[in-house]
Amino acid sequence: MSTTEKTTVSFILNDIPQTLSVNPLRRFSDVLREDLGLTGTKVGCDAGDCGACTILVDGEQRYACLTAVGQLEGHSARTVEGLAKNGDLTALQQAFLDEGAAQCGICTPGMLMAAQSLLDRTPNPTEPQVLDALGGVLCRCTGYTKIVEAVLKAGQTSASEATPPSGSAVGSRMVKVDGKQKLTGEEIFSADHAPEDSLWLRAIRSPHPRAKFTLAHPEKVLNKYPGIVKILTADDVTGNNGFGIYPHIKDQPVLAKDHVRFRGEAVVALVGERDAVESVSEEDLGLTWEPLEAIRGWDAALSGKLEPVQAEIPDNILAEGLLKKNDVEKAFAESFAVAEGNWTTSAVEHGYIEPEAGYARKVGQRLEIFVCTQSPYMDQTEVAQVLGLELEQIRIIPSAVGGAFGGKLDLSVQPLVALAAWILERPVRCIYTRPESLASTTKRHPVQMRAKAGCDKDGMLTAYEYHGDFNTGAYASWGPTVADRVPIHCSGPYFVPNVFAKTRALLTNESPSGAFRGFGTPQAAIANDALLDELAEKVGMDALDFRIKNALRKGDRTPTNQLLENSVGQLECLESLKSRWDSWRKEAEVFNQKNTKLKRGVGCGSAWYGCGNTSLSNPSTIRVGINGEGKLTLYNGAMDIGQGANTIMVQICADALGLPASQFEYVMGDTDLTADAGKTSASRQAFVSGKATQLAGEHLRAQIIHLAEATENATLHLEQNGTSGSGEIIVADETGEHVIVLADILPQTNGDVLTGEGTFDPPTTPLDENRQGSPYATYGFGAHIAEVEVDTMLGTTKVLRLAAAHDVGKTINPTLVEGQIHGGVAQGLGLALMEEYVQGVSENLHDYLLPTVGDMPEIEVILIEDPEPLGPYGAKGIGEHALIPTAPAILGGIKHATGISIRHVPATPDRVFTALQEAGKNNG
Amino acid sequence: MIPYLRPDNLEDALSALSEHPRTLLAGGTDFFPARVGKPITDNVLDLSGVESLRKIQQTADGFMLGGLTTWTDIIEAQLPPAFDGLKQAAKTIGGVQTQNAGTLVGNICNASPAADSVPNLLALEAQVQLQSVRETRMLPLEEFILGNRKTAKKEDELISGIFIPQPAEKGRGNFEKLGTRAYLVISIVMVGVVAELNESDEILNLKIAVGACSPVAQRLRLLEQEAVGQKLKSIKILPAHFESLEPIDDIRATADYRKKVVPELLLRAIKGVI
Repeated sequence: MSTTEKTTVSFILNDIPQTLSVNPLRRFSDVLREDLGLTGTKVGCDAGDCGACTILVDGEQRYACLTAVGQLEGHSARTVEGLAKNGDLTALQQAFLDEGAAQCGICTPGMLMAAQSLLDRTPNPTEPQVLDALGGVLCRCTGYTKIVEAVLKAGQTSASEATPPSGSAVGSRMVKVDGKQKLTGEEIFSADHAPEDSLWLRAIRSPHPRAKFTLAHPEKVLNKYPGIVKILTADDVTGNNGFGIYPHIKDQPVLAKDHVRFRGEAVVALVGERDAVESVSEEDLGLTWEPLEAIRGWDAALSGKLEPVQAEIPDNILAEGLLKKNDVEKAFAESFAVAEGNWTTSAVEHGYIEPEAGYARKVGQRLEIFVCTQSPYMDQTEVAQVLGLELEQIRIIPSAVGGAFGGKLDLSVQPLVALAAWILERPVRCIYTRPESLASTTKRHPVQMRAKAGCDKDGMLTAYEYHGDFNTGAYASWGPTVADRVPIHCSGPYFVPNVFAKTRALLTNESPSGAFRGFGTPQAAIANDALLDELAEKVGMDALDFRIKNALRKGDRTPTNQLLENSVGQLECLESLKSRWDSWRKEAEVFNQKNTKLKRGVGCGSAWYGCGNTSLSNPSTIRVGINGEGKLTLYNGAMDIGQGANTIMVQICADALGLPASQFEYVMGDTDLTADAGKTSASRQAFVSGKATQLAGEHLRAQIIHLAEATENATLHLEQNGTSGSGEIIVADETGEHVIVLADILPQTNGDVLTGEGTFDPPTTPLDENRQGSPYATYGFGAHIAEVEVDTMLGTTKVLRLAAAHDVGKTINPTLVEGQIHGGVAQGLGLALMEEYVQGVSENLHDYLLPTVGDMPEIEVILIEDPEPLGPYGAKGIGEHALIPTAPAILGGIKHATGISIRHVPATPDRVFTALQEAGKNNG
Repeated sequence: MIPYLRPDNLEDALSALSEHPRTLLAGGTDFFPARVGKPITDNVLDLSGVESLRKIQQTADGFMLGGLTTWTDIIEAQLPPAFDGLKQAAKTIGGVQTQNAGTLVGNICNASPAADSVPNLLALEAQVQLQSVRETRMLPLEEFILGNRKTAKKEDELISGIFIPQPAEKGRGNFEKLGTRAYLVISIVMVGVVAELNESDEILNLKIAVGACSPVAQRLRLLEQEAVGQKLKSIKILPAHFESLEPIDDIRATADYRKKVVPELLLRAIKGVI
């Protein structure tokens, strides 16, 4: 409990004098958010590592989380709420909107304030000045590219289309439908709202990777801290004290009982007044630990020397994946050239700037849970079974999501706040701290892999073999999915007649590894592209020509023997990079002749990725309705996690229906209001939910045409009459105008008078015992080339430029697709060069390194459109494809520059240096 | 309970410190990160209101950097070229937000092995001015930082300034920082140098220190001695020059790597003064 009494602090805030009676040592960010209701200033770390809380103090950028409110005395502060005047965006905000500089929007207020401080002094800054000004704010979505462009273009006109006309929304650079609120601070993220009378919840978590524990006297806490209302333990869980994404694996306890399996596992939840829950110590609770030797890493998992992580799985092998096509052994024996190697990768953190947060409240015999999530319907199922309630008793209301990337597919605060609110019959909120978020939520799987590839003398691939052990941590999370997806994708977007792949998901006492953009495929691609480079060298071919020769084409069969009939743009992607590849490589070689310490190289990475679940039904249902006043609402269950699902679904629906996108309102993800559109993962929303949206729009249109007795090609015009009077649809065809008076129709679902509904489930087939069949309805394709510069004396690597070509089928919104690719590149760059999560060590954002604005290369995006007949207007996914090729391209660049093949990522300076030294290549 | 104090003058600050030991708060860039998710229970003396400490003064025999001098103050101040290394360090600390709030004194008091100010201040032969109601004393920076997170500051003292003796007219500073990303970098290794050259670029005088390779950044005195008289461009770095460094393995790099890149960074730092 704070020893500090309140004092009076007077300062100017957004031009208005303020006098507060407040504990002067509180972080200003906290006072802004909790006392003054100015939640536009975000908190991502409380440690000056992320910059989301950047504000201006006397015109200079400062971290509000590192500023004691008492220090504001006599000063003047400005927050994001103090930018727009009377609802008019500033030139900077407008540029952010036009350029698509805000994706999820959680870093946006900090970025805006940092940029504003620069523009106030330097109205026409240079790019290096912009980079320096933004260097203290992290963004995980955008790759910074569009943010920098927006700052440079502030005040200039743009190519965006705020309101594309009817029939031309798809393909336009329509600005995000939720863009403006992300720029003004009005967007409500998970920590931005809770009922006034909410109690706070804080979980006490294990400091040990494996331990037994006892809780001697929790009741003493109640006496010492009157503000504590309830101490939840495993015994309080009303339903099943286990969750997990598979119906048959609910292995992760909400609150551990007697023993813990990873550092960060929750054992107790304190509920009460905020000060009290923050003050209780382990000693207060009588919590004592008996640390046990932990299983760390692949070898320990398989050695059998220690008790298994989970008693039911004695060999620690949670799941295995397999793929067998034809005969690799025979093919290798007959191959002209064979390349093989071993690689390991590290645990990688999603690094969304919004830590997990939310609240639950009991409403009658139901629970409402407000939370950041990418899977509201899965959350509903999980919370219901944890609490022992019926599905209908749980309502998930998603907040705006401040980045997710797979990390918000699993439960975090949901079961804790739900349980507390249900038991206490009071609203309960919880906000994870950054260390808590890092320690307790899932990671990208570290993998130890061995791969081998062969080709004939003409450079045609003959065989590919892959073995991967994925460290899945203490609980299942998405481990089995990773083990399943990797064998299918591991040989890359290339035709290989013989494939054998075997994967295992191994349990250890480390952070649960789960879903992270690519489900293991980005790791496997590192081995794949390295082997392709090696084979090309062995047969004396250019590495890109080798890929072009082997690229999957229409009519080819995949490793699962699926016939690719449509939308196979890999060849075009590679060919579109050819002229850049040739000139970049030549330029690098010229540079290298003149330089001894710095060496440049250009590498290529490739991606293909099946959109949607693997051989499993994964339908989406989307609804669109019009009410009596003419209000047109898209009920969109496809969670927008920053990527722009809210926007593209409106674009698709608008064109399917034949009305302008500007007439739409939308509801996102509320389980009471929207239908199940599955989870935002597996690059499925644009393809699967997009198709459902198109069908919903067409369904509504068909009803309108039918009511008006008009012909198919009629044009629609919607008269919206606010909250009074009737809306009208005027349907015009060659026979004239037909008017539908909406108020004359009886309201039905959601108060709408007309509702269109569309459902799409991508067609797949089951896979046989060798995983042969058609696991995905469509695949996205792509390739990146990256030029890097290695400082051979220090082992540091800088990515200078990168070109990314992707076959997206059809671009629904170029600005959003480019944003996905830029962000994927940034995450791939982090995977390649700097990101490594170590339990107990990198539990903050200064030891766990995300790329900053200064780490990004110049990126050129090339969009290939080989339409997918099943997709909406030909579209398919891009989310994961954008990341997969980056790391292989960078590592290939290092190889080209130095001759060094990096086998353990990230390629940190010490690893690159050591590899250079072992090869005798850092003598300058 | 001891009330929070934010005095507006040095006398009141010293007097408060003479009564009770307190945690000193200035820019907050180390204070708050050490208390994430924890209640703040410290008895705090907030120095941020003592305006008299936020100035850089040229004196007869040097420069006094007031106790609240921020990184941004250093970047923006008109200072002789010997301060160039310190200025470069200032530009690489955290983001601009940290540079605007964080103080040099906070950086030396935090006494992290990776404190970016320290090698530069060592090369500038900085003295620390410790003040209490009892006395004002000066300590060379080398004697002030005693170890990892450990200083010679007594409980009733605060650092009212850092004194830099008048650098030689031709002294030039430089800073080399090795990190894994472009901004918000904690150094793997860094080198601060101040060198004085004659017209033919021979070294007349060299002060050089290495950070993040030992519990406290170290001056390399043998190198300093042997550098004198050498041509800048052909200066020789020998293993004996940096054998006193004892780097450790941590999340940022291995000890072995640190030790191996030191000579290259020393070379770059020295050659980069012009």
